[in-house]
Amino acid sequence: MTTVTMPQLGESVTEGTILAWLKKPGDPVLLDDPLCEIETEKVTAELPSPFEGVMGEILVPEGETVNVGEPLCTVLESAVEAGAPPRAAGATAGGGWSGGPMAIPPDEAPVPAPNGAGAAVPRAAGPVVPRAAGPVVPRPARPAATSPESRERYYSPAVMRLATEHGVDLSAIKGTGVGGRVTRKDVEARLAQGTTVAAPAAAGAPVPRAAGARYDVVQLSATRRTIAENLKRSNLEAPQAWTMVEADVTPLVRLRERDRAEFQRREGVDLTLLPYFAVAVCETLREFPMLNARWEGEELRRYNAVDLGIAVAAETGLVVPVIHDAGDLNLAGMARRIADIVDRARQRKLRIEDIEGGTFTVNNTGSFGSIASKPIVNYPQVGIVTMERVVKRAVVVAGDAIAVRSMVNLCLSFDHRAMDGLEAGGFLAALKQRMETLGA
Amino acid sequence: MAQVTVIEAIRSALDEEMAADDRVFILGEDVEAGGVFRVTEGLAAKYPGRLIDSPLAESSIIGITIGAAHYGLRPVAEIQFADFIHAGFDHMASEASRWCYRTKGDAFLPMVVRTPWGGGVHGGQHHSQSIEAYYTHLPGIKVVAPSFPSDYRSLLKAAIADPNPVLFLEHKRTYRLIKQEAGEPGETVIGRSRVTRKGSDLTIFAYGLMLHESLAAADELAAEGTECTVVDLLTLQPLDVETVLEAAKATGKVLVVHEDTLTGGFGGEIAALIAEHAFEYLDAPIRRVCGPDIPAMPFHHNMESFFMPDRTKIAAAARDLAAY
Repeated sequence: MTTVTMPQLGESVTEGTILAWLKKPGDPVLLDDPLCEIETEKVTAELPSPFEGVMGEILVPEGETVNVGEPLCTVLESAVEAGAPPRAAGATAGGGWSGGPMAIPPDEAPVPAPNGAGAAVPRAAGPVVPRAAGPVVPRPARPAATSPESRERYYSPAVMRLATEHGVDLSAIKGTGVGGRVTRKDVEARLAQGTTVAAPAAAGAPVPRAAGARYDVVQLSATRRTIAENLKRSNLEAPQAWTMVEADVTPLVRLRERDRAEFQRREGVDLTLLPYFAVAVCETLREFPMLNARWEGEELRRYNAVDLGIAVAAETGLVVPVIHDAGDLNLAGMARRIADIVDRARQRKLRIEDIEGGTFTVNNTGSFGSIASKPIVNYPQVGIVTMERVVKRAVVVAGDAIAVRSMVNLCLSFDHRAMDGLEAGGFLAALKQRMETLGA
Repeated sequence: MAQVTVIEAIRSALDEEMAADDRVFILGEDVEAGGVFRVTEGLAAKYPGRLIDSPLAESSIIGITIGAAHYGLRPVAEIQFADFIHAGFDHMASEASRWCYRTKGDAFLPMVVRTPWGGGVHGGQHHSQSIEAYYTHLPGIKVVAPSFPSDYRSLLKAAIADPNPVLFLEHKRTYRLIKQEAGEPGETVIGRSRVTRKGSDLTIFAYGLMLHESLAAADELAAEGTECTVVDLLTLQPLDVETVLEAAKATGKVLVVHEDTLTGGFGGEIAALIAEHAFEYLDAPIRRVCGPDIPAMPFHHNMESFFMPDRTKIAAAARDLAAY
């Protein structure tokens, strides 16, 4: 038997929250089979099984947060160790009972008759009783071999009150009532253990509203708290300046339209404007390396390689995965990497290395329809640039003619401690230049 | 010490009150000879002229009782079986219950109507009824329904001392069945309930014979590891709301037991009270174990058993509730 502990998922990560157990005690597991999902302030990861065997005991309920190194569950070497009879191939249904060969699975244990011996109030049959329904309606009889209907999410007033008063996460309690219902006594037992808090994982999940309350208290997920902390720090520490240019990307739009179908066929990903922009940013950063930098304490480090952060709006919150060595990528490579990393960010499948060490960030705010925005520098980086929505506008072109052009605004926020307007303005002008010449 | 039956407890209360106050007298059918249940046995010899045999006319018994109370006496009427009291209902509902109210508290009606109620003695349709719900619906009539001899004794004394009408219900099955050490202190205040047994899993409310059946069921469940609180209501009107709510809140699971028929029975009032004032403490639907909605208790043993709630039925419901 091996005890699996909370791994360190990232540099300064000290704790993690069990989001969901993916295996039940008694389930067979293969090497690297995911045992559970863990959320830390940085990533959500699946915990792989250390070897092939049988899932043992779950030591930390869902929703609970524990420190790195604390035991989470046990994995048994084999079915023999688990005390279970050898499992016939395919006989997986109903697994999850490790009580020994003779143990009766709980679902098949004799279930007392719904109303016990003789209904408490027998339904009176006969002409003298006109009432359609008997005084006490017996529960529908259930077949002995199946479990009672699940009532794991049926919360009685008493349970709701206790949970609200003490901030108990009910989903983390295994109910002992009928159908797995969480009873008052279950909540009280949990309170007696003193392990109450453990906020539920979903970002923005409101706790039950107290009677008469005019607001809901939003439970902050680890991700949300980290975003809040980082943005606050950035705003408090870095004096941020903002500037914007507009670029005529009419040729680029045409180029993209021309190559899009072929690109899709050849590379297997949709060609958007973002990879063009990302490549242009990387090239421009090489020209203006002052923007490709990070603070490390008092030290400002200028990086040679561009590790480009891409802001992704995932359902669970903003995440900025990093494309390492983005400066080495051509358009196709950039498109593929962006597609991959955005996809994994939205599915919460990012690895630790995917979110660490960015040197500069781009944000495709145009995808929200925005035409101008003021991004906040992704601390400890010193610059962030947005590409706004491409819109057709009537503009004055060479020869004082008015033409319909595809225009885009590029907005830069930068940490004024690290540079002055000279560098920032130069960077933005050069970026504009690149965007305008693409396809021209 | 000697064991006291319910009958002996009631008799001793009557005896003491008659000795202490010569305004107290007893009116009813065959009471001079001791009554059909022998409650008043021996009192006629001790208090000559103060046990008055009435005609077989309950309306007249209660009417005379009201008149005597008006007159300043302390009448204790005996209705031979609770089933017979209906003939006097008009006097109880329209006169007795309102006198204090009608005179804005200027006048009182210090009267007691004692009557044996309930089934379990093969009394059939006319000797087994539960009548409490008719009278708990009359503000102005106090309804007392004890379960233990000591409470019968002390509450009957309190009823006789009370300046307003009291309907004193004596469960006939418990008359000689339930015994207690003599000298046990009983409840002396009308309007108080008592937690007879404490347990954390569920709360049972009962009175009369059903209180004893509930206690037996609680013993049965305790052997299985389920602990019941059992509340002896003692007085149904005015109800001890505080004790009822406290006991309900303590476990969040409530079982109300009475042998009266379910619909419109007193259990509905308990359930409503708890739902109204202790909703946030409820951990399960309130359950009732009551007589079925059948016009009267049948005579045949099997049929009577079918009708009457008992420890087995109570334990089954309690088990179900505990597991909920």
